[in-house]
Amino acid sequence: MKRAFKWSGIVMLILCLGAVYAFASGKKPAEEQFITIHWAQWAPSDYLEKLSEGFTAETGIKVIVEQTPWETFVQKYNTEMIARSDAWDIIVGDSQDIGNMAVNGHYLELTDWIKEKGVDKTFTPASLTYFAEYPKGGERYYAVPCEGDALGWAYRKDLFNDSKNKADFKAKYGYALGVPKSWDNLKDIAEFFHKRPGQTDDPSKEFYGISIYGDNGYDSLAMFAEQVIWSFGGELGDYSTYQVDGLLNSKGSIQGIEYYHELFKFTPPGFGDAFYVKANDSFTAGIVPMTCNYFAFFPALSNEATNPFAEDTGYFPCPPQKGYDGKVRQFAALGGQGASVVTYSKKQDLAFQWLDWFIKKDTQMEWARLGGYTCHAEVLESGEFLNAAPYNPAFKTSMEIFKDWWACPEYDELLRTFSQTIADYVIGGKGTAEQALNKCTDQWAEIFKRAGYYD
Amino acid sequence: MLVRYEYIEFLRGNSMQKTKQERSPDIESHYRRMKDKTLMRLFILPTLVLLISINVFPLVWSLFLSFSQYSAKMVNVWGKNPEMIGVANYRQILSDPEMWVKFITTAKYVIMSVAGEMILGFGLALLLQLNFRGKGLVTTLLVLPMTMSPVIVGLMWKLFYDPNWGMFNFLLGLGRIDWIQDPARNLYSIVIADIWMWTPFVMLLSLAGLGAVPKYLYEAAEIDRASWWFKFSRITLPMISPILMLALIFRIIEAFKIFDLPMGITGRGAMAPPLLAMHLYNVSFVTWNTSIGSSLGYIMLVMVVAITLILVKYLNKAKQ
Repeated sequence: MKRAFKWSGIVMLILCLGAVYAFASGKKPAEEQFITIHWAQWAPSDYLEKLSEGFTAETGIKVIVEQTPWETFVQKYNTEMIARSDAWDIIVGDSQDIGNMAVNGHYLELTDWIKEKGVDKTFTPASLTYFAEYPKGGERYYAVPCEGDALGWAYRKDLFNDSKNKADFKAKYGYALGVPKSWDNLKDIAEFFHKRPGQTDDPSKEFYGISIYGDNGYDSLAMFAEQVIWSFGGELGDYSTYQVDGLLNSKGSIQGIEYYHELFKFTPPGFGDAFYVKANDSFTAGIVPMTCNYFAFFPALSNEATNPFAEDTGYFPCPPQKGYDGKVRQFAALGGQGASVVTYSKKQDLAFQWLDWFIKKDTQMEWARLGGYTCHAEVLESGEFLNAAPYNPAFKTSMEIFKDWWACPEYDELLRTFSQTIADYVIGGKGTAEQALNKCTDQWAEIFKRAGYYD
Repeated sequence: MLVRYEYIEFLRGNSMQKTKQERSPDIESHYRRMKDKTLMRLFILPTLVLLISINVFPLVWSLFLSFSQYSAKMVNVWGKNPEMIGVANYRQILSDPEMWVKFITTAKYVIMSVAGEMILGFGLALLLQLNFRGKGLVTTLLVLPMTMSPVIVGLMWKLFYDPNWGMFNFLLGLGRIDWIQDPARNLYSIVIADIWMWTPFVMLLSLAGLGAVPKYLYEAAEIDRASWWFKFSRITLPMISPILMLALIFRIIEAFKIFDLPMGITGRGAMAPPLLAMHLYNVSFVTWNTSIGSSLGYIMLVMVVAITLILVKYLNKAKQ
């Protein structure tokens, strides 16, 4: 009996070790062909999975789109890449992370493939620069523009067209209430609507002036801040020389951040952690007249099932602004991601097959129809695309005015320090914009110095 | 034991019958001892390998990294990444005034939450000593918070605290107070959630301790007409102080490295309370400054070990 017990113990041990080995090796049946794409958890990932059904029908290769919540998206794929994992064949990664991935060899270089397939001619040049190129201007590409995105605006047409609102606004500001023609104009509108009675059906609901990002856990606060910095004539620095002093703390940058701080006063309470969810939720709850969000989240606002004001919702791109030097500038912060082939993938041939299929004009048109934001130049220009959704014309304009954050491998450290110092002023009200930007400039210069860019 | 010996011999290809016949009892005994040890080592080996690879090695490796400049995100180039820089990371951390704010905030958090849990937990345990109808149900309900996942508790309290639609302000009639993003309040919001979650833990340990106090001590005190306070301070408290000290040690260690609750309630943004574990996460996995993260991890480890040693000393005294 004891012997039998011991034998069964040994057998169990061997079985367990075998199971662990089989699980760890992760071998799949040889006949099953599939690729795994890693992207953030949001609607475009669902659209991509749906779109890829066409690829599966053509080739028999299954496409799995693995989604990770935004809060841990970048951390997760960085950790996997550090471990040289072959869990994913394609990563649809953040645009600012392209430098890190390229320098550390996690993404395959696609320069020859892009030129051979003519992607550099069929996709918009700006999208290729910001989603695929590193270093900028170096004509070396590591991604295919997948989801073009930028910050844009949604507004309540019914409130903007209300005769009493129009009359009161004209009387107070001396010009007509309408889609803002400048950032100054936009702030006037936010101030006008902030705590204005009679704007909601439910009198117990307080009404506020605007919904903008306040969260600084990842890049939301930084993305809003950078577009006002650029629009007011400031800069984040020189992307080729890494010079920041005199640019990040310039007059234009200071004015941009001061503007952000002023505008933030018109948001609903508790907006210090507002990102895309709160931006949309406050709008659909009917407590703000306008919201700033990435275009990727606007399908929810044009859908009557998710937005009771869908019929009365209009869209506009980030407005222009006359800077301190009298020059008018118009910029929008870039969102979106490019699709890159993972160096450690064991199915790179299948991944390239998928990319071949994805860059086709027909696929890009279908991508746009499903709700994805194409960067294919012809599709963007087409009437079908412009009329497909009410926000598409504003998206097209945004694709012409976007600009991106630093794309060097140290971008996350820059992002963290910037978010911390700017949030202290914009959200927390500590110190001044100049002090915050000077502090950030010193920290950034130290980061670049440590990384060896000034050697 | 003989069965194990036979089994090993069997594995070696010797038939059991033959072995029994050929070996003298002395040799058998010798083999039996040897093989017992071999078998023991075989069984321990997988655990040992796992322990060394996922526990000991990272500990040693991170200690090495704490004396270097290293980012896990960048390509490993010996001499550059990692580059040995001695105690520079420790010097940088300990000379940074903002880091001291984090140490102080964490200390405040530990003191407030653990004190709250100890007082409430022990108080509830004393109340549960009384006999009343539904005592079992009440005890079970009180224990529920600690059975939940801390992340879920964090997210749940985040909803409670929301200034626009949260129940917390509504129930207390506080208006639209921002408990999550206001730096003047959000530390307290995490303390409240932590007390809510972990008071039952102290309560359970206290209940166990109270149940173990011999009844005859109280009976003897009753005969001497001792007051309630006398019985509490001279019998109850001394008898259960070792178990209370144990609860204190567990809670201090846990509270010192709190991460999941604040991550759920305030997130890891700039407005979140500057707690050490949150900062450690940001440094190590957001900005990928692995070497600074390793140094900070070791500083925290030394602090926790030091506090624990002091408390264990008191625990031993209490036991005596």
